[in-house]
Amino acid sequence: MQSVSKTPSIRTIEKVIDETPTVRTIIISDSNLANVLPGQFAMVWIPGVNELPMSIMITEENGKAAFTVRKRGVSSTALYDLKVGQQIGVRGPYGNAFDIRDGKIVLVGGGTGLVPLMRLAKFAKPTNDITILMGSKSKDEVFFENLANRILKDKKHQVIVTTEDGSYGERGFVTDVLERLVQNTKFDAIYTCGPEIMMHKIVQLANSKGIFVQASLERMMKCGIGICGSCCMDEVLVCHDGTIFDGKFLASSQEFGHTHRAKSGILENY
Amino acid sequence: MTPDLSVSIGPIKFGRPAMLASGILGISLEVFNRIYRSGAGAVVSKSLSKEPWEGYPNPTIVGIKGGYLNAVGLSNPGAPYFANMIKSNKDVPIIVSLVGSIEDEFEFMVQQFEGCNVAAYELNLSCPHVEKVGLEVGDDPKLVTKIVSRVKSVAKAPVIGKVGLGTTNYLDTVKAAIDGGADAITAINTLRAMGIDVETQRPILSHKIGGLSGPAIKPVAVRCVYEITSKYDIPVIGCGGVSTWEDALEFIFAGASAIQVGSAIGDGWIDVFGNINDGIANYMKKKEYSKISEMVGLAKRF
Ligand SMILES: Cc1cc2nc3c(=O)[nH]c(=O)nc-3n(C[C@H](O)[C@H](O)[C@H](O)COP(=O)(O)OP(=O)(O)OC[C@H]3O[C@@H](n4cnc5c(N)ncnc54)[C@H](O)[C@@H]3O)c2cc1C
Ligand SMILES: Cc1cc2nc3c(=O)[nH]c(=O)nc-3n(C[C@H](O)[C@H](O)[C@H](O)COP(=O)(O)O)c2cc1C
Ligand code: FES
Repeated sequence: MQSVSKTPSIRTIEKVIDETPTVRTIIISDSNLANVLPGQFAMVWIPGVNELPMSIMITEENGKAAFTVRKRGVSSTALYDLKVGQQIGVRGPYGNAFDIRDGKIVLVGGGTGLVPLMRLAKFAKPTNDITILMGSKSKDEVFFENLANRILKDKKHQVIVTTEDGSYGERGFVTDVLERLVQNTKFDAIYTCGPEIMMHKIVQLANSKGIFVQASLERMMKCGIGICGSCCMDEVLVCHDGTIFDGKFLASSQEFGHTHRAKSGILENY
Repeated sequence: MTPDLSVSIGPIKFGRPAMLASGILGISLEVFNRIYRSGAGAVVSKSLSKEPWEGYPNPTIVGIKGGYLNAVGLSNPGAPYFANMIKSNKDVPIIVSLVGSIEDEFEFMVQQFEGCNVAAYELNLSCPHVEKVGLEVGDDPKLVTKIVSRVKSVAKAPVIGKVGLGTTNYLDTVKAAIDGGADAITAINTLRAMGIDVETQRPILSHKIGGLSGPAIKPVAVRCVYEITSKYDIPVIGCGGVSTWEDALEFIFAGASAIQVGSAIGDGWIDVFGNINDGIANYMKKKEYSKISEMVGLAKRF
């Protein structure tokens, strides 16, 4: 049984991997987080700066856990800039997990949204036939392509990369490629994580085709354990009831794809 | 006969004894609806200020042995935004919690709620980690009387003062609220507290000092409810560390007319309300009580 911690435990950064000019993976030893279910997240404390929710990334070594971070604002940049030997605090794991269905499945990730999908791929069943669709702006920003091929080498799979400027892989958005794929192939499930507008399109597409779909959502998080209310969406708490929701629920949501909450709790449009 | 779980807190009546405490899950009407359906008698909003507040950087909430430490910094969307959001509310008894530093601010906020269905106002006189509001107001009995009486003069709904343990004897704060015309008292808020990470030697909360809640503060809260109801004739809502029906009854026997539940939601989620209702109902059947009010203050016989 996985143990859930609510107090940060301090971990030392053992390795930093540059994925792209703006994305890095940091590796720590944490046997609890190393074994979490696909889709779960942790609250990561950057002492003196902030604490951010982060999906738990896979590693290729036993007992190690990782986070893959894109530098954006002050806090993610501070996490990105940490060096080997420096410390972070982690608490978790929190949230639910993807429901991995049998058969042909497709994973659609945008940017660091690929993180929980990599764990999903690692946990996939031997019988799964897996397509991973990776979306990014340009060639520079493509990551995890080789890693995905490595972890899926024993399974039937394909990895399709798209770039918005066409500098690598297929030109365009992942949603365009997905639309084409579902015309020709009968998929049993679609899993997605990335920008909400992208996920919204994917969920609509899947629902219209009657394909089972799950999306992992992002909201402003403070406690991560369902007491502060900052991550609420309609009547659910994304940290506690999610972060993964299925297409049926998302289709009924007034907020998904349209609004999210600012730090004060005010609803803002996407 | 099924026992009657309804409670009266002065002029205020609720169908069930446990309500959601302020600051917990309290920013959206849909979530309030869900908590009400799960068995809460009422919900208290996050403490609202005149303007929206972002609150402090994380870590703002962490678990510790015996409960939680928090310094959220009263992040909230502001009273005008919140009032607009709850305009459509018909079903849920919502207690609006307000925080501010002078009477004028409170009057402005109450005015925002004119067209809304508000069950009561709870004035936060006890937040331990935001300067110039909360405990600093509660520690100034003259100001408390002024604020409560101003709110009483403009509010249609009853007014509850929420007290905590500051530098002034909290019984003086209670007295000041009564002098201002408060209809009830909620006791207690979190206790000023701190946690330090031993490996990094740093305070864990970004604000360093925050409030302690959960099982660790229950005996203190029970004592306060007992003392307030022994000294003054005012209904009290007990708050602090309630997570089971036994905890709820302990507060009722100490003199509470109803109770609030906060931190326990982090462990038992909102099922806690249904469990408290069922446990109290079974106890009442076994001990042959028909109403909750028959049990209020029973510990004072001894
Ligand atoms: C469940 C979940 C998993 C995530 N996984 C990843 C991941 O694997 N990799 C990754 O790069 N990013 C991930 N994120 C996003 C990440 O938490 C940050 O939102 C993002 O890195 C931007 O941080 P920033 O400080 O640069 O924010 P800015 O956009 O600059 O925002 C400014 C401030 O907002 C606050 N803030 C922003 N977003 C959040 C948030 N979601 N919760 C709490 N406070 C916030 C911070 O205090 C920050 O200082 C995830 C988010 C969630 C909810
Ligand atoms: C995360 C958190 C936020 C809180 N915010 C508020 C608030 O905005 N206003 C308030 O009056 N009390 C606030 N409180 C205090 C609670 O309402 C309650 O008084 C306290 O937590 C004790 O009850 P508990 O032990 O059941 O949590 C907060 C408590 C927590 C844990
Ligand atoms: S982050 Fe606090 S309730 Fe979800």
